[in-house]
Amino acid sequence: MKFTLNGESVETTDGATITGLLRDLGIEPGRVAVEVNLSIIKKADYASFHLKDGDTVEIVNFVGGG
Amino acid sequence: MDDKLIIRGIEFRSRLWVGTGKYKDFEETRKAVEASGSDVVTVAVRRVNIIDRKSENLLDYIDPKKYKILPNTAGCYTVEDALRYSRLAREAGISDLIKLEVIGDEKTLFPDTWGLLKATEILAKEGFIVLPYSNDDPIIAKRLENAGAAAVMPLGAPIGSGLGIRNPYNLKIILETVNLPIIVDAGVGTASDAAIAMELGCDAVLINTGIAGAKDPIAMAEAMKHAVIAGRLAYKAGRIPKKLYATASSLIEGML
Repeated sequence: MKFTLNGESVETTDGATITGLLRDLGIEPGRVAVEVNLSIIKKADYASFHLKDGDTVEIVNFVGGG
Repeated sequence: MDDKLIIRGIEFRSRLWVGTGKYKDFEETRKAVEASGSDVVTVAVRRVNIIDRKSENLLDYIDPKKYKILPNTAGCYTVEDALRYSRLAREAGISDLIKLEVIGDEKTLFPDTWGLLKATEILAKEGFIVLPYSNDDPIIAKRLENAGAAAVMPLGAPIGSGLGIRNPYNLKIILETVNLPIIVDAGVGTASDAAIAMELGCDAVLINTGIAGAKDPIAMAEAMKHAVIAGRLAYKAGRIPKKLYATASSLIEGML
């Protein structure tokens, strides 16, 4: 299935979870926030949340700022 | 001397708060933050780099156990965006603190005070500890207090301008009328600017460009540390009144 991740079109296996996605990307879940179709997904739900074809996913973290 | 700044039960060791933007690299950021003696650092919320996963993370250099991380909503021009970034920041972080920015104009980066007030009200109801970046306007500062802000952060001058405290008289009125900590945010260009803000009675000063943009950011961080401490002490000591004519410091009595 195809979905949009941080503005890029990407492909993954059907039914991938947030936990799986973060693991594949090598991202430590503790320091990020994940939004799917403009809704924030709580960390406790990462393992049970399944991505769907056409989803828009944003993964953000903290960067330098004033 | 027990002179801690407390906001909604959170104790701040330092009255100098520092930003983490515009540094050459994370190592320079780390050194400058350390030299500033600050225990609060501001950060922005941005997309994770998914292409280059080996890129380092700011929090590898700024330990969240050692520093209070204060996320901002920099770059947000609408209430909706500011709310979205605030909620993401809370989920990514560990606290309810948010330095709320709703920007009204690209050239001045002045706050959109209408949007700021609206967003403050909503976020305060959601349990955020809202620290809004505001204009140096006593009326909006008071309205932010009534909307549930935990502190007000009036600008000294436009962000990154280094123009210092352009309207000390408005700040004085804000200090008198708003019953919240007042933290000058933006415009501080050098140590004396920070000292002036503190001498006026402001509770803290937030500096990013004034340090990061200096030729030697680490030395400037230390200068700002001393300036904030000096300004605070001078404020608490109570300055002498200004007057036009001289008063001799040495006794006339006993002169030959």
